[in-house]
This record gives sequence, structure tokens and C-alpha cells, in this order.
Amino acid sequence: MNVLAYLIPVSLILGGLGLVGFIYALRSRQYEDPEGDARRILDERWDDAPKP
Amino acid sequence: MDTDLPEAAPNDILLSLPEIHCQICIRNAEQALLARDDVAAARVNLTLKRAYVTPVGNVDENALIETLADAGVLARPLDPTVLRGTETARAGQALLMRLAVAGFAAMNVMLLSVAVWSGATDATRDMFHWISAAIALPAVTFAGQPFFLGAWRALSARRLSMDVPIALAIILALATSLWETALSGHHAYFDAALTLCFFLLAGRYLEFRTRAAARSAAEELTALEVPRATRIIGGVPVEGPVAELSVSDLVLVRAGGRVPVDGIVSEGHAEIDRSFLTGETIPVAAGPGAEIAAGAVVISGPLTIRATAVGRETSLHRLADLVAVAEAGRANYTPLADRAAALYAPGVHILAALAFVGWLLWSGDVRVALNIAAAVLIITCPCALGLAVPAVTTAASGALFRKGVLIKNANALERLAMVDTVVFDKTGTLTEGAPEVVNWDTLGSQVQSVALALADASTHPLSKAIARKSGNRADLTDLREVPGFGTEGRWQGRTVRIGRTGWAGPQDDAGGLMTWLDAGDGAPVAITFTDRLRAGAVEAIDALKAAGMRVEILSGDRTAAVDEVAHAAGIDIARANCLPEDKVDHITQLRNEGRTILMVGDGLNDTGALAAADVSLSPASALDAARVASDMVLLGQSLEVLPQAVLCARASRRRISENFKIATIYNIIAVPLAVIGLATPLIAALAMSSSSITVSLNALRGTRG
Repeated sequence: MNVLAYLIPVSLILGGLGLVGFIYALRSRQYEDPEGDARRILDERWDDAPKP
Repeated sequence: MDTDLPEAAPNDILLSLPEIHCQICIRNAEQALLARDDVAAARVNLTLKRAYVTPVGNVDENALIETLADAGVLARPLDPTVLRGTETARAGQALLMRLAVAGFAAMNVMLLSVAVWSGATDATRDMFHWISAAIALPAVTFAGQPFFLGAWRALSARRLSMDVPIALAIILALATSLWETALSGHHAYFDAALTLCFFLLAGRYLEFRTRAAARSAAEELTALEVPRATRIIGGVPVEGPVAELSVSDLVLVRAGGRVPVDGIVSEGHAEIDRSFLTGETIPVAAGPGAEIAAGAVVISGPLTIRATAVGRETSLHRLADLVAVAEAGRANYTPLADRAAALYAPGVHILAALAFVGWLLWSGDVRVALNIAAAVLIITCPCALGLAVPAVTTAASGALFRKGVLIKNANALERLAMVDTVVFDKTGTLTEGAPEVVNWDTLGSQVQSVALALADASTHPLSKAIARKSGNRADLTDLREVPGFGTEGRWQGRTVRIGRTGWAGPQDDAGGLMTWLDAGDGAPVAITFTDRLRAGAVEAIDALKAAGMRVEILSGDRTAAVDEVAHAAGIDIARANCLPEDKVDHITQLRNEGRTILMVGDGLNDTGALAAADVSLSPASALDAARVASDMVLLGQSLEVLPQAVLCARASRRRISENFKIATIYNIIAVPLAVIGLATPLIAALAMSSSSITVSLNALRGTRG
């Protein structure tokens, strides 16, 4: 059962990483316009050079 | 990663773009907006079908809408009552954050609990319980705040709300579990407390998304009052605040201005647009002696008016009072969820208290009794109930939004489902509200060119309708607008006129929407107009009638014009010449007959009726006050979605009551188990999750009818 000493923290840390990732995405407002972001990538205007 | 997106600033202009659907639309709209000098930034949100425009200085919303129209993008001013501003967005974000934390914690604790349920014993079980407690306590403290605050607010007002049993269940579950863990007992409800939080927060979040800030249409109307007026004192115009006016003062109103008082014209001729009060399509002529109401717009001018009523006595202010009364009456509706909560919250407490007392008397063990009480509270906790309504409302309003109907009030769907009578306003609702020339092709090309040239010089709606036609403009000289009559000019040495009967044409005519053109040859020709039916109107009315509903027209326009539209649209019951008060009275009377009414209207004269009806809808082109008074806004042009919206509402009401039934059945099965002490944490977790998931799936099953 000693393996639990590693596995429980590992599972908590992995889950915590997911949570932090979600909070980061939420804070940087990536959920505001999911449809628009998915469409914008199809715009060819900035294909050759980045948007100034 | 784009973390520095401009946040919606308070003075940003929000526009609704109901018809955008792809990256080309986004690009067209953004490029068109950014090309303007007075726009600093513009960003389109495709999910919400909105544009956020950061202006430089003062920018007129309508100018932006025109710019977008030129780029082929349909834009509307965004309804002011729709959630806006940063603080509401932050509140939604905070809820989502709590939801994420509760979900994360619930999943981890659930993993540990599964180990306990599958047979972990002694030290292992205690360790798992302690780890669970270490996760659950901070997570609940953070995620459960909305419930704790809500319960506190309810209790300090000496009321019971849905939050009270929730907060009690969470706190009691944590407390008994901690106690059990400390005594190395078998049962801990940490997972239950967290899943509770998770499901309830999910319901809260959905509810939040469909809720709009409440604003009063009566206040919008008061905002229409003119703040400043020009008074004539001893023949000299003096500008001052409206509050200084008194009865029998002389007030000067220039062309394009709004009349600040009720009064009688003492000098000047003008065309008056009083569509806001009466719903008439065409402006009326006003000369000395004519009565005029506050709020009317002087199209051509100027007019001098002797005030007969000022301030609170004006018809505009009385209209605002009427709307305020109607709005107060609307508040009578109790949403289904609140009715359920009113039955539920006391029942839960009584049941848990009885279980506690019963077990205490029977076993004499506080620990056992407390455990049972906690189990009862957890089992009865309104997880499924909290999801039953918002899950359905979210699914249905999402479906309707994609069709072009914006639901502003979460329980509007419930009320829409019960509608059996639909009342339409005419101008701007059933019709486009913009006249069109009927007999253009029968006019000669010379007459056309003269008409165009004359029409260009006037702002009268009929002239504007002519000016929209393409063609050569004749070369006119001495163009002048004769207020109250028409436009006049000289062409090839002759006087040409376009205008009303008796001035440009014969002394009387057949009536109807028409104007006369005198090309100087002594034979005036009539130009007739029609107000075209809105797209989808006939289909919508057919479908509504097929669904067994009574359809009526309630208009302030003349009988002839109303009958014509009623006939074209296939509506049998039509009322014309209705004042705003008449509209409200008629709606109230229908309601007293036991009918449930959907009012569809767009004008200020409809605002009272919109507020008085059980549920109301206005087209996006409607005035602010009318849109504020409505529960729903029609984003697109076609009325065809209206019957679909009703069907969708009926389907969602069915889903809601199904959901209540599911939640009840689950309680009937699980509560006895909890009361007799058979509800282990495993059973609680299974029952809670399965009922919440069934309810959500049922809501998603489609609300297409």
C-alpha cells in the first residue's frame, strides 16, 4: 500500500494542473467567443505575416 | 496566447448582429467599423452575435449601424436590458470558477470514496477520510459561498429560500463527516457535500446566463422627455429648462424637434409625426388651432405652440405612468421554480428534524441521529430541482437564439407556453413600417424625374420612399419645402408641387396612403403607397391560427389602413383608432376574460400594452422603451419564427414538469431509505448523481416540440 503515498499526491497534482489550466483559460477570456475563435483561424489575412 | 484582449469598457457601444455566421461576416463587420475615423477598436463576438465598438469621443449608434449596412451586415442597437458591462461578466466568471473548483474537488474526493466503498478499512479508510476532508473543507468554503450568502440573506430577512436547506445540508454533512472521521467511523459524506455544490452551481450558472438585468420601460419613456425648450417671451426666443415652462407659455419647436408640452398651435404650419402616441403611419398636418401632444416630432417647421399642459400633466408623462402601472401588474407571475421551492424548503426541514428527533428518541444516540438527519438533508437536497428549470430554459433559449429570438426574461418561456391569444400592433410590427410606392411604373419618366427631384428636398416619410427609387432627377430651381403642405419648385418655367391633397392635387381624394404630384401641366397625378407586410407575417399568422390561437390586431391607425392589413394578413379581429390607454384596457379586459396574451408591438404607443400582456415580443427595430417592456426581442426580420417560439416554449414547459416529476419520484424512493437509516454515502452519491444527470439529459432531449 506504500504506493499510495505517491499515487494520491500524483493524482491530486494532475487534477490540480487541469484546474489551474482551466482557470487560466477562463481568466484570459478564451471562453468568451469559442465559435468566433474557431472561425477566425480560417481568415487568410494574417497567413503570411502576423497581425501588427 | 492572447491574454490582453481589450475588455468591454463601460462606454463601449454594443451592437447586435443577428445574421452573422462565418469568418467572412466577422471580417466585413470589423473592417467596416475600423475604417471609420471615430472607432478606436471593434471586435465581433460570433458566439453572442455581437460587436463591441470602442468609440473615439461621441459616436452615434445609428451611424455605426448604417456603416455596417453598407458593408452588407445587418446590425441592431443591442437591447439595453441584455446583460452588459464588465461587472456582470465578472460575476459569471466567478460562478464558473467556483464550479470548476467544486468539480475538481468532487472528482478527487469521489476517487478516494470509491476506494472506501470498495472495502478500505481501518487506518487506510481513516487516511482517505482525512485527505477527503483536507480537500473538501477549503473547496466548499470557496465554492459554496453563493449558497451560504443566499441562506444568510434569507434568514436575516426571516424567510426560507431554496438556499437555506442547501447551506444546511452542506454544513451538516461536513460537520458530521468530520466528527465521524475523528472517531474513525464508517460513513463520511465529503463527496456528497461536494457533488451537491457542483450540481447546484451548474444550475446556478445556467440560471445566471439566462437572466437579464431588470429595467423599467416607464423610466425609458421619461427619458424621452425633452430637457430644454425654447420659450417665446415678448417675441424673443429664450432657451431654458423645461421645468420653467408653465401653462399658456408660447413654445417654439423647430423642424426635427420633439414637442415638450401638450398644447395648441398658435402659429405656423408643420407636419407632425405622432406615430409614438397613435401608431399612424403618415405624419399629419398641423396649423393654427390644432392640438398637439408632448413627444410628437415636428418634421417640418417651425411651430409656435401655446402650452395647455406641462411637466407631469403632459400626455407623454401620463403614458409613462400608464406603463408603470402595467409593469407593476406583470410582477404577479410566480415562476415554476419558485412555486416548487415554496413547497419544498419547509418540507425538507421538517422531514430532517423529524428524522433527527425520532432517531434520538429511539436510539438515544446523538451521533446516529445527527448522521441520519444529515443523510436526509443530503438526499432531499434539491439538486435535480435546482437543475430542472435552468437546464431546460438554457437549452430552449439557446435554440431560439439560433432562430433569431432573444429571450430576455428567464420565465418568459414559461408564460409563452400558456399563450392562447396573440395581439399584434400594425405599423412596424405586422408591416415593415416603411411605405413603398405602388404605381411608380405607371408614371411617365418626366413625372418620375420631377417627383424624385422634389422628394429629395423633403424629409417626409413618403418623400423618402420616393427618393429611394432610382432614376434621373429633373433640374429644378427655387426648391422649397412648404411646412404642412409639401415641396415646391420651378421646372421649365412652371411651378411644380408634390404634397397633400388640396394643395398639389384635387380638393378631395379617395383616402389611403397617397400623395399628389403637380408637374405644372394642370393635371395632377396621384402617387400611391403601401406599407408592405413584414416577411413571414402571413405564414406566422396561419401557423398561430392552426395552433388554435386567437389572433388580433390592435392599432392606433385609421380603420381603412388597419382593415387592409388585417385582410392581407388573414386576421379577422381588428381594432383601429386605439389610443395607448385603449390598448392597455383591451389587453386587461382580455386577461380578465381568462385569456393569456402575447403582445407583439414596436412603438411607444404599444409600451403600456406590452407591459400589461402576459408575455410580449418586439422586433429589434422597435424603440428602446418598447424593447425594454418586452420579454423577447425578434432579432431577424421575419415573423415566421414566432409560432416556432410558441411551440418551443410549450415543449420546454412540458420538459420542466417532466423534470419535476423525475425529481419527485427520486425523492419518493430515496427519502424513506434515508429516514430508516439505510442511506449509506454510496447510495446518496448514486441517487444524487443519477437524478441530476437524468434531469439534464431530459432537458437536452430537444425542445423542438
